Amino acid sequence: MSFEPITIITSKVVKLQVDNIDTDRIIPARFLKSVDSSGFGKNLFHDWRYRPDGSPDPEFVLNKPEGQGQILLTGKNFGCGSSREHAAWALYQYGFRVIISSGFADIFRTNALNNGLLPLEVGADTLALLMDMHQANPSAPWTVDLQSQQLTADRQLQTAFDINPFRKHCLITGSDVIDYLASLKPQILEYETNHPIK
Amino acid sequence: MKSKTLFDKLWDQHEVLSLEDGSSVIYIDRHFIHEVTSPQAFAGLEKRGLPFFRPDQAIATMDHNIPTTGQANPVMGAESGLQVSRLRENCAKHGIALFGMTHPMNGIVHVIGPELGLTRPGMTIVCGDSHTSTHGAFGTIAFGIGTSEVEMVMASQCLLQRRPKTMRINIGGKLSVGVTAKDLILYLISKLGTGAGTGYFIEFAGEAIRLLSMEGRMTVCNMAIEMGARGGLVAPDEVTFNYLIHREFSPSGEQWEQALSGWKLLKSDDDVVFDREETFDASDVAPMITWGTNPGAGIPITGTIPDNDLKALAYMGWNGGEKIMDQKIDYVFVGSCTNGRIEDLREFASYVQGHKKADGVTAWIVPGSKKVELQAREEGIEEILNEAGFELREPGCSACLAMNDDKIPAGKYCISTSNRNFEGRQGPGARTLLASPLTAAAAALTGRISDPRRSVIPTKFGTPSPTTKGDE
Ligand code: SF4
Repeated sequence: MSFEPITIITSKVVKLQVDNIDTDRIIPARFLKSVDSSGFGKNLFHDWRYRPDGSPDPEFVLNKPEGQGQILLTGKNFGCGSSREHAAWALYQYGFRVIISSGFADIFRTNALNNGLLPLEVGADTLALLMDMHQANPSAPWTVDLQSQQLTADRQLQTAFDINPFRKHCLITGSDVIDYLASLKPQILEYETNHPIK
Repeated sequence: MKSKTLFDKLWDQHEVLSLEDGSSVIYIDRHFIHEVTSPQAFAGLEKRGLPFFRPDQAIATMDHNIPTTGQANPVMGAESGLQVSRLRENCAKHGIALFGMTHPMNGIVHVIGPELGLTRPGMTIVCGDSHTSTHGAFGTIAFGIGTSEVEMVMASQCLLQRRPKTMRINIGGKLSVGVTAKDLILYLISKLGTGAGTGYFIEFAGEAIRLLSMEGRMTVCNMAIEMGARGGLVAPDEVTFNYLIHREFSPSGEQWEQALSGWKLLKSDDDVVFDREETFDASDVAPMITWGTNPGAGIPITGTIPDNDLKALAYMGWNGGEKIMDQKIDYVFVGSCTNGRIEDLREFASYVQGHKKADGVTAWIVPGSKKVELQAREEGIEEILNEAGFELREPGCSACLAMNDDKIPAGKYCISTSNRNFEGRQGPGARTLLASPLTAAAAALTGRISDPRRSVIPTKFGTPSPTTKGDE
């Protein structure tokens, strides 16, 4: 999927303070029936977001005024469970570009990076601090500068984050890994010659 | 030479390029494809104008979205039908072997790979499904990928990956009678937690693992992902080789001998140091069941529902501090890539033989593949099931993820042999209790959570006939 490059994002932050949010929560399996990769945003967090009769649940954060923004602040081990890339598509298509957590499940992390979503990992203590800061001032804009790898929360706290240089390059340029791998054909052919499959 | 773990040996053998930042371009030997996570990848490939690089190394099946009754004339919604027909078109266009509905080799992707001999020691295997870890039971590097990565493998037979850290989990001793591989893995996840494996690839080792059948080892590796691990593996041994010999796609004759001599070398060096090591004793494991909304919420069947996760308690409709035993259940689901193989059906059948399903319990017995379905018929399992009031359905993922019509209604309790009990996994509001086929059988007969060790079981199939009393 093609995506908009990320350089600097300044946005209000949506807080969803739940640990271990699995990809079935992010988008339930019954919404994976499409053969296209668009149209998933409306089902993001579906079973929290809508009541059984289909009406929006006013208690859920995405249905409140503070539910809009490009940055999602959430609990540890985000994106565990199923490998469905639809979870990353749903988050992106809703409008998120950055997910802040103290940890991401491995497959989700890769899916996010492949789809223009930045999984921004901070330590558990920092996450707790960020949650408190959001509590104190929920509408403050935060800034994520991917080039300098800095998160600035509410102009008060600045923290650096890690990202693999190649992945950073992809996010900043809006390019992806598929073209890179396809360009390695000579090396791959050579590998195959030396390693017949048993 | 530096000593290595089995994982690192396999990784090094499959490294096409090692990049400066520590990531690697890894060659993939086998790619399994199913209808739900592939259409966007095929479309992406086409959009880029790239050919499918190695169609011979891909195998496709239909499993996630298909009905488990009436497959000869399937009734499906328009969207599900489109995924199925799109897979058919894509496979035809790119020359990929497809085992569609009613094909004698159809089934859940992680069940058919091993049973057809397509999964073999030493391979790298991927699929757009997180439970690809199942294939690690054969001493492979096998892991789930997203749809972009499916497209990468289609385009190049390679993936860009960071090398995970290695963990070994040693399980000494023997499992007690009535305690199965499923109980063991639920026990391990309950001890280590659902995030413990993040960033790791796990090797399962020790006497208890060696004593497991291949099917039991698959159950264990299947749920390595529920610890957050990229995957899990077991070093191959005689059990592995005996399982693989004479399978449809296994090498034969001289090629078998040649393959075998290579497979025998696949093990971690004796003096190698893992990044993390954990040790457990199999005799500590009781039949396990989950009470909450993640696979780490396992407790012994004689245990008490904890009172510290109010959100999960509210979802499950339970009070903390109560015994889990004797709680009422409404549904039983036996199936999935965790426990939908022939041994699982044998266990279930041996337990219910001569008894009757409890009134008010709806049970879905779903074989993991067409072969399992046929074998169940030939071995007389279907007859036993029918006599006890159960019915054997046709293969598919079914209520494991409830993408088809096999959904558990809101608020109902389902004892399920699958691998995930997340909120809504088996349908909106469904309450899932993960357990072994034996524990599912005990509940199916009583309509309540019951200790499978408490009854005398007539066995036709050589599964345990426990007469022991559960520990209080
Ligand atoms: S049975 Fe369940 S876990 Fe296994 S492949 Fe199907 S949906 Fe995934």
